[in-house]
Amino acid sequence: MAYNLKEIVAEKPSRFTSGHRMCAGCGAPVVTRMILRALKKDDFAVVSNATGCMEVASFIYPYTAWTDSYIHTAFENAASTLSGVETAYKVFKKKGKIPEDTEIKFIAFGGDGGTYDIGLQSLSGAMERGHDMVYVCYDNGAYMNTGIQRSSATPKFADTTTTPAGEVIPGKMQSRKDLTEILAAHHIPYAAQSIATANFKDLYEKSEKAIYTKGPCFLNVLAPCPRGWGYNTEDLMVINKLAVDTCYWPLYEVIDGKYVINYKPAKKLPVEEFLRPQKRFHHMFKAGNEWMIEEFQKEVDARWEALLKLEEMSNK
Amino acid sequence: MSIRERLSGNEATALGMKQINPDVVAAFPITPSTEIPQYFSTFVSNGSVDTEFVAVESEHSAMSACIGAEAAGARAMTATSSNGLALMWEMVNIASSLRLPIVMALVNRAISGPLNIHCDHSDAMGVRDAGWIMLFSENNQEAYDNLIMAHRIAEHKEVLLPLMVCQDGFITSHSIENIELIEDDKVKAFVGKYEPKDYLLNKKNPLSIGPLDLQAYLFEHKAAEADAMRNAKKVILEVADDFEKLTGRKYSFFEEYKLEDAEVAIICMNSTAGTAKATVDELRDKGVKVGLLKLRVFRPFPAEEIANAIAHLKAVAILDRADSLNAVGGVLFQDITSALYVNNKNVKAVNYIYGIGGRDTKMDDLEKVYNDLLEIKDSENKVENPYRYLGLRKED
Repeated sequence: MAYNLKEIVAEKPSRFTSGHRMCAGCGAPVVTRMILRALKKDDFAVVSNATGCMEVASFIYPYTAWTDSYIHTAFENAASTLSGVETAYKVFKKKGKIPEDTEIKFIAFGGDGGTYDIGLQSLSGAMERGHDMVYVCYDNGAYMNTGIQRSSATPKFADTTTTPAGEVIPGKMQSRKDLTEILAAHHIPYAAQSIATANFKDLYEKSEKAIYTKGPCFLNVLAPCPRGWGYNTEDLMVINKLAVDTCYWPLYEVIDGKYVINYKPAKKLPVEEFLRPQKRFHHMFKAGNEWMIEEFQKEVDARWEALLKLEEMSNK
Repeated sequence: MSIRERLSGNEATALGMKQINPDVVAAFPITPSTEIPQYFSTFVSNGSVDTEFVAVESEHSAMSACIGAEAAGARAMTATSSNGLALMWEMVNIASSLRLPIVMALVNRAISGPLNIHCDHSDAMGVRDAGWIMLFSENNQEAYDNLIMAHRIAEHKEVLLPLMVCQDGFITSHSIENIELIEDDKVKAFVGKYEPKDYLLNKKNPLSIGPLDLQAYLFEHKAAEADAMRNAKKVILEVADDFEKLTGRKYSFFEEYKLEDAEVAIICMNSTAGTAKATVDELRDKGVKVGLLKLRVFRPFPAEEIANAIAHLKAVAILDRADSLNAVGGVLFQDITSALYVNNKNVKAVNYIYGIGGRDTKMDDLEKVYNDLLEIKDSENKVENPYRYLGLRKED
């Protein structure tokens, strides 16, 4: 069946309800809603959530925005917590405590802080052990919940509260970690990078694949943060489009080791188009800082070229 | 008929776990508890349990996976020691706050640093206020018996708190002793089924667990947890009664050994109690009225019961196998002296820090403590230097 956003929204009511307290213009709830819509209508899910914006804004006692089962325990262990839940499910199935025809799916959500950094070990362990789950990183490129501190997902030169663009040090001086590649190196059946595009096709289809591929799967979804990035809340989708059109955030998947790039822009835009509308990069546009934009562009180009090669090599 | 065997403390624990047959065991190896997940993995590999074993990448993940499994509606267990428990600390607190009756075997070992693999109780003392029921075991038999009673206590609807069974690293975990085991079917019947009211895998009634719990609610939730800990006292005794009916072995909050007519006594936990009993016997043979109170239930702390049990003594020595580095004395010493004060009992008390990092504590050492007590009891003055060390090498 061809993808049709209208039909999906009409047929599948949101499993993540309104009334949550995420900011206007935040990418994370948009992404979460669509990922959960990829569940089959009758299937049930247990969601595990790392401490972060999503958790503190969606489950404030006594209210919850989650219509499936949901567990939050701590910051660094959404994956290991869910591995316990999934193991219990396996035992219950074996013992006949859950009927054969009941399908329960396991989805973890963590921000880049909970995934790239403090939760990397727990994630790596759960993926290696082969639990049947999807781990979703909603990557907003800094510790937004505590007030925009740098993470290993923060792009080079970004102005954050722990890498302030100052007189001597112009923002974060280190490059961004490539988490999707780290997960692909776990040789899991499915790892992908996505974003909320205008019709959500990329995200929906990847979520569906990740949820219904047996074994450990990983989705890395860029989820912009208006407060941390400094864009106007209504521009979320514009920023997303620029992220992919500049190849800053390539959309690709690694299926059993084979790379597929899902979107190759006909005209690859210069990365400054993506940087300019964001306040965190403003200092890069000051006279004398042209080198920063050049260096940023070089890194984007090198990573894009490397990805093209991976696609070519893995499909030979 | 019960089964007579010879087992180490770790073997007895693993065997108890096999008989309990939990749904999920998640554990990470650490000396001296490593053997427990090793033996248990063999049971899993050979199909003698229905359990799924999760070979996690850290103790933090072990406790996280236990929390996930228990919240999902399963019975989850783990085993650890020392730094493993320290790494779990965050999740140990979360497990109790979510009211998940996880059961842990804690094989006591010194917390780093510097690194030491031998017994003391600094690991357990680090979680003394974390909302876990904590049972201590003198020997392999007690480690096994405490484990068989664990789920009945932890899962009781008026309790719903996690529970750890402590035993001394190497001293009992690796020593082979005679033990009386209960038949598999009797254990199964005694432990019963775990049927939680709400759980994550219940599609008919989805559950959200682990909220952001702010000023308007956290206080009440913590108070409910404190209530559960108080309730545990009654349940521990009820379960001990049932256990006695099953095995003939009697358990309570503590064991009183020749305490009734004693003038002075030692209070301690775990294996040192065995050495203390032998010392008491020797001194009793010489006509000296000494006794022992061996604490089994450290959390919930039976303050009033202890105060009443020792009220008649002229002096008591409280032995702590963990120093508190607070310039006043160990945890047991503080808990017991405060129990005496609050219950209006005036008994002279002295604290000995002992056995740190696996330092041997021999009958000679304990005899010295009793001799000190005999001096203290006859003195008119307050106890001089009540915060003392036992078995510490002095610089020449």
